[in-house]
Amino acid sequence: MKFFLTSMFGKETSRGDRRFGLDRMVFLLSLFILVVTVLMPMIMIVVRTFFKEGAPDWEMFVRVVLEPENLSAVWNTIKIGFLVTVFGTVLGLFYAWLIGRSDIPMKGFMKALFTIPYMFPPFFGAMAWSLMLAPRSGYFNKWFMSLTGGTTPLLDINTVGGIVFVETCYYFPFVFLQVVSALERMDPTLEESARIAGAGQWYVIRKITLPLVLPAIAAGAMLILISSISHFGVPAILGFSNNIFTLPTKIFQLINRAAGSFEGIREGAALSVLLVVVVVAALYIQRLVLKTGRYDIIKGKSMRPMLIKLRGAKIPLLGISLLSLFVIVALPLFMIFIVGFLKAYGLPLTLKNLTLRNYEYILGQSKMVRDSIVNSLILSVGSGVVTMFLGVMIAYVIIKVRPRGKGLLEMLSLLPYSIPGLVLAIGVILVWSGAFGVNLYNTIWIIFIAYIARYVSFAMKSASASLEQVHYSLEEAARSCGATHLESLRDITIPLIRPGMIAGFFLIFLPAMRELTTSVLLYGPFTRTLGVAIYAINSEGNTVQASALATVAIGIIILGHLVLRYVTRERKGL
Amino acid sequence: MSRILLKNVTKQFDTRGGGKVTAVDNFNLEIKEGECFSFLGPSGCGKTTTLRMIAGFEDLTEGEIWLGDRPVSVKEKNLYVPPEDRGLGMVFQAFAVWPHLNVFENVAFPLRVKKTPSGELREKVMTALDHTDLTGAEKAFPSDLSGGEQQRIALARAIVTSPSVMLLDEPLSNLDPKLRESMRFEIKALQKKFNFTIIFVTHDQSEAMALSDRMLVMDMGKIIQAGAPREMYEQPANQFVYGFLGQSNFLKVRASEGKIFPAGSEVSLDSPVAGAPEGGEGLTASRPNEIILGRTAGEGGVRGRVEKRLYMTYCVEYHVEVAGQTVRVHGPHRDALPEGSECFLGFRNARWYDAESAEAELERTERQVI
Repeated sequence: MKFFLTSMFGKETSRGDRRFGLDRMVFLLSLFILVVTVLMPMIMIVVRTFFKEGAPDWEMFVRVVLEPENLSAVWNTIKIGFLVTVFGTVLGLFYAWLIGRSDIPMKGFMKALFTIPYMFPPFFGAMAWSLMLAPRSGYFNKWFMSLTGGTTPLLDINTVGGIVFVETCYYFPFVFLQVVSALERMDPTLEESARIAGAGQWYVIRKITLPLVLPAIAAGAMLILISSISHFGVPAILGFSNNIFTLPTKIFQLINRAAGSFEGIREGAALSVLLVVVVVAALYIQRLVLKTGRYDIIKGKSMRPMLIKLRGAKIPLLGISLLSLFVIVALPLFMIFIVGFLKAYGLPLTLKNLTLRNYEYILGQSKMVRDSIVNSLILSVGSGVVTMFLGVMIAYVIIKVRPRGKGLLEMLSLLPYSIPGLVLAIGVILVWSGAFGVNLYNTIWIIFIAYIARYVSFAMKSASASLEQVHYSLEEAARSCGATHLESLRDITIPLIRPGMIAGFFLIFLPAMRELTTSVLLYGPFTRTLGVAIYAINSEGNTVQASALATVAIGIIILGHLVLRYVTRERKGL
Repeated sequence: MSRILLKNVTKQFDTRGGGKVTAVDNFNLEIKEGECFSFLGPSGCGKTTTLRMIAGFEDLTEGEIWLGDRPVSVKEKNLYVPPEDRGLGMVFQAFAVWPHLNVFENVAFPLRVKKTPSGELREKVMTALDHTDLTGAEKAFPSDLSGGEQQRIALARAIVTSPSVMLLDEPLSNLDPKLRESMRFEIKALQKKFNFTIIFVTHDQSEAMALSDRMLVMDMGKIIQAGAPREMYEQPANQFVYGFLGQSNFLKVRASEGKIFPAGSEVSLDSPVAGAPEGGEGLTASRPNEIILGRTAGEGGVRGRVEKRLYMTYCVEYHVEVAGQTVRVHGPHRDALPEGSECFLGFRNARWYDAESAEAELERTERQVI
C-alpha cells in the first residue's frame, strides 16, 4: 500500500499544472470511500472468522462448516442455484428466440411484460405464490381440495421445487434480455451467409446463431446463478416453515438466534466465507465452461434479420407465451393486490369480503409501517444521490484521469456485484459496531453505509457508460477556449452526463426502495425499511396487511419507473 | 445453364406509418450466362432489395425469378425456394465471416452442410484458399486478419462449392481504395477461372464500369438504363444517369435557330450539343475533362472567367464563370491559368437534356430516409 501511494504521487503528469490537485484528490477520495465501505467489511469477515482475540482459530470455521445442518444448507443452495440457472436459461432462450427471430405477433407487448419481474423483488412473488399454493391455506389448493373432496393439495409451494419455480420466474429475464439484445445487435448477414452456403434454418441456429450468442447466454446465466445463490427472500418465505434452509437463510437464522452475541456473529461470518466460496466457485466454473472470447458481431449496415415463419405453430406459441407471461407476471401481482383488500386471509375472494381496513391500519394506525416507509424513502433517496456521485467520481477517475492504481479502484467498485447482500451486511456490522471506535449499530446510518457499498457498482457502470460518450476533445475544446479544468468539468462534462446521472440515481433508488436482504440483518427497533416491514408483517401471519403494504410498495416502484422512463426519454436529446 | 431471369418483379414494404413503399417496381431483366452484371444506383434505389430477392432473403410482392431453367420465386404459384436451396455464392459488404470459426472452418462450412467426405472437403477448401491467396492462414481466426483478408475468406467460402451464380453485395466498399482496386482484379480473375455469372451491387460507378460486361442504373425502384458500360457512359439516357456515371456540369441553356445560348446570355456556346432541339429551354451536360480551356478568342468557344483554381493530384480544377453560371473544367498542371483570368471554353461531347422535375429529386431524398 505504501509503495502504491508513493508511486501515485511520484507520477509526473505531462499535462502538469492545476489538474494535479483536483484529479488526485478525487482519486484518493474515491479510493478511501471504497476501502472503507467495501474492502474493510470483507477483510473483517475473514479476520473475525479465522482469528479469535488476536490468535488464529480454525476450529470454529471447521466446526461450523461441517455441521450437518449447514452442510445441507450448502447442498440446497447449490441445488437451487443450479436448477434455477438451468430452467431460467432455457426459458429465457426460448422467449429470446421467439421475439428476436420468429414472426410471432405482439412482440412489443411481450417485451414490456418481460421487464416487469425486474421491477419487483422476488419475495413479493414468494408471498403471492404462498397465497395461491401454500399446502393448506393457498387459494388454489383449497379450490382443488374442495373440488376433489380430498385433503391432498394440488401443489405445495413450500418445497425446494417451489423455491426454484418462484426464483426462475424472477430471474429468467437476465438471460432473456441479454440474448435478445445480442440477437438484435447481431449482423444479420452472418446468418444469411450461412443460408446461402446451403444451411437450413435449424442448422444455422445450431452452428451459427447459438455459438455467436453464447457469451450473452453465459453472462445472463451467471447473473442468474449468482443472484440465486445469494438470494434471501424467496427461500426465507417459502422454506422456513418446512425447515428448508439455504446458506443465506441459514446465516440469517444464526445471527437472529444469537441475538447479537459475538459468537453468533462469528458463526454467521464463517458461513458467509463459505457462501462467498460457493459464489467464487460458480464464477470460476462459468469461466471454465466459457473459454471462448467475446466476438464482435455488430458491424455492417443493419438490415432486418430474416424472421422464421412459425406458420401453423404461430397461434399455439403465442397462446403459450401469453399464458405463461400471465402466470409469471400478472397473476402474482393480482393476488397480492386483491388479498390486500380482504377482511381476513382465507375468506373467499368475493366482493362482500373486501375492505379498506388494511390500508387504514398500515397507513394510519401503525407507526412501525409509517416509519418504515419514511426510512426507506430517506435511505433510497440519500444513498441514491451519494452513491450516484461516488459512481461519477470513480468513473471519472477510471475513464478520464487514468492514474496508476485505477485497476484497484475498478476492482473495488465492481466487487459488490459478486458479494451477497447478507455477507455485506455482516461485514458492515463487524466494522461499524464499535470495532473501530464508531458504533452505528441500530441506527439508520449503518444501513445507509451498506446501501452505498451494495449499489456503488450500478452507479459506476451507469456513470462510465455516459462518460465514455463524452469525447476527450469536448473538454479539451473548453480548455482551449480558456476554461480552467474545474470550469470545463462544471460547464461541459457534467451537463453532458447529467441525464446519465439521473438515470443512475433511479437505478439505485428503485432497488433500494424494496431492499430486503441487507436491511433484514441491519435494522433496529426504529429503523425498519419497507422491505423489512413487509417481510416482518408477513412472517407474523398478518398476510392481508402484508399484501396491502406490498401493494403500496408496488405503487411506489411503478411510479419510480414511470419517472425513470420519462427521464431516459429526455436523454435521447444528448 | 445459369441465365438469370426476372419478370415483372415488384417488392413493396409496409412502412411504420401503415402505408406501403414500392422498393422495386416492375423489374424486368435477363442476365446471360457467364456475364458480369452490375446494379448501380444511389442508396435506397432498390438495388440491394433486388439482389436479396434473387438470393431468396426477400419474397416477391409480384413477378417471378428464374435461375437457369428453374423457377425459384413465382408469386402467382406461391413458389418460393429458400436461399439455402438456390445453390448461389454470395459475398456481403460487411464480410460476414463467422468469428467463432477459423479460416478453414469458415470456408469448409458450405461443404460440411452438404456432408462432403473429409478428403474431398479438405482438397476443395485448400483449392479455394489457394485461389484467394489464403494458403497458410487456415488456422487463423477472422479477428486476427485484416479487412482485405476477411473479404478473401468470404470469397473463398463463396467459390468453394463452385456455384454457377455469384452475388456480390457491395463487397469492396468496406476496403481501402488500394485494396479495392486489387480485389477487383482478383474477382475478375476468379470469374475467368470458375466461369460463374456475377451480379454485382454497388454505388461506385467506376467500380461498376471497370468490372461489368453490362450494367444498369436504377433509381426509385425502376431501371433507368441498361447496357454496356461504354454505351452507358457515352449515351446516358437522362440527366440522372449522366450525373451518376461521372463528374458533370449541367448548364442551363436555351436553344434557338440551331444554336445554344447559356441562360441569360446573348453569346452562343459555339460547340455542338448532341440531341438539342430547334428551340426551347433545357440543360447542356458536359464532363469537366471534356472541356477544352482556351486562352484566346481565336481558339474558339464561349467566353468565361476563372473564379477559382484548385490544384489537385490528377489535374487542375477550374471553376469558370460563364454568363452567371459556374462550369467545372479540368486542365493540365503545366501552364495553369491564374484565378481571375479570361478564358474560352470549347465543349466536346456535350449533350442536351430536358430539365428533371424537382418532384423526382424530392422523392429521391425521401426514399433515402427510409
